[in-house]
Amino acid sequence: MAAPLINIKEVSYEYEQTTALDHISMAVEEGDFLAILGPNGSGKSTLLKIMLGLIQPSEGSVELFGIDSKKFKNREWIGYVSQKSNSFNSAFPATVQEVVAGGLAKKAGLFHKLPKNTSEQVEEALDAVGMKSFKYRSISELSGGQQQRIFIARALVAKPKVLILDEPTVGIDVQNVQAFYDMLAALNRERNITLVLVTHDVDTVTDRISHVACLNQTIHFHGFKDQLHTMSDEKREAWYGHSVRKIHHTGGSHTHA
Amino acid sequence: MLEAILSYEFLQNAFASGLIIGVIAPLLGVFIVVRRLSLIADALSHVTLAGIAGSLYLSQSVGALALLNPLYLGIASSVMGSMLIERLRGVYKHYEELAIPIILSAGIGFGAIFISLAEGFSSDLFGYLFGTVSAVSRQDLYIVAGIAVIVLAFIRIFFKELFVLSFDDEYARASGLPAKWIHFLFMIVTALVIAGSMRIVGILLVSSLMTIPVATAMRVAKSFKQTIWLSILFGEISVLAGLVAAFYFDLAPGGTIVVTSIAILLVILAYRKISLSKKRGAAA
Repeated sequence: MAAPLINIKEVSYEYEQTTALDHISMAVEEGDFLAILGPNGSGKSTLLKIMLGLIQPSEGSVELFGIDSKKFKNREWIGYVSQKSNSFNSAFPATVQEVVAGGLAKKAGLFHKLPKNTSEQVEEALDAVGMKSFKYRSISELSGGQQQRIFIARALVAKPKVLILDEPTVGIDVQNVQAFYDMLAALNRERNITLVLVTHDVDTVTDRISHVACLNQTIHFHGFKDQLHTMSDEKREAWYGHSVRKIHHTGGSHTHA
Repeated sequence: MLEAILSYEFLQNAFASGLIIGVIAPLLGVFIVVRRLSLIADALSHVTLAGIAGSLYLSQSVGALALLNPLYLGIASSVMGSMLIERLRGVYKHYEELAIPIILSAGIGFGAIFISLAEGFSSDLFGYLFGTVSAVSRQDLYIVAGIAVIVLAFIRIFFKELFVLSFDDEYARASGLPAKWIHFLFMIVTALVIAGSMRIVGILLVSSLMTIPVATAMRVAKSFKQTIWLSILFGEISVLAGLVAAFYFDLAPGGTIVVTSIAILLVILAYRKISLSKKRGAAA
């Protein structure tokens, strides 16, 4: 059997003497659409940052495509879409084409120019997120939801095998969130892109994902979403605190915070 | 004017240096502005002052250094200042901007000490503070040209990485680009441009040539590349018009260059306002 695309082994992370993550072990297999769920401060974003190698764990290790993450070179296999509001300078003077082409920088390599067919590759990535007609628009003119699609196109242009998204729907209108997740599900289904997602949109996302990880410093559940109802009430309480309740729908059970 | 340029070497030096600076200062300035590092450029220019003043003092008091071009020590202190800023930004992780006033005041502090230690270089110093048309030597021109080669090579080699880093720092690091190294090199190149531009524009106004043409270009440009080309165009117009005015009216070129660039900015802002209100009028 092929190695998991992401294999987290006994990872702990301490920040200013507080334990953010406590001995986490979890594997993401090819084709998974995994949502990492948890309350604020549960360590979700920290876990993503460790997966991406942005921070190093205090203990444990991470393997990417079967290789220790510190030695892993093919970063372009992993696409990343951050929380929009976090790092993007919203008045930046650039076109959509320029922003998406930036996704090819690592793949092209240091000291090399972007490939000659960059424009076609950008168009193809924009097409995948339904934004082809926006190629020459200024990134600052677009709405939050449109910008987030552009950032997904930027991640897709290097043809990654895994896409990691950190709360990608923050700042997107409620009515557009559904369409956004539909697009992600289509990328997972049609292009076989493995997706790892941190989100608060528990209700919206459950219909589309394949796997769930319930995180709060430690993993309380990780498996197929259909098995989430097997999680005991104690575990559920430990995961999300007292305010969590289980609502039974005809199609399965959903968890509400 | 052209006749004067052809006949006087000092004018050739000033105009050739000016033309080079008109390209490299706004070119690097685009990255400085979009990365919100404009104040760092200011801090570095003040550190350069310390180096220049120190060099002028040394050339007075140490006979062997009498002919030392102050630009060298200016460049060295600017590069050192850029490294110190980075160190301090690391020390004060939650108050990164503190590095700027610390380094800026250190620069002025040392500058003031050297200026008061040595007496009698007031005219030289005035040139370094506000720029000069008459005192640019051939050696200064060669130094500026050398810096330009480094800057152009740096931007050409790392353009795509610099773009990604400027647009989204976290994404650049997550995608495995050597963000830390490129930023480090960027700071050194910035220090070089500041030290090189200072002869024409002056220490106190050098950061304005890196920011005002960019601020102007950003109001009209539709893409990043267009922002770069327009910034260079506005920078060149400012330098040329500023140098001509400085020559004819015997003014400090730093002042005339900056005032010209401000005038261009105002014209563009007014143009934008008029065209926007016309558009709204047509839509109504």
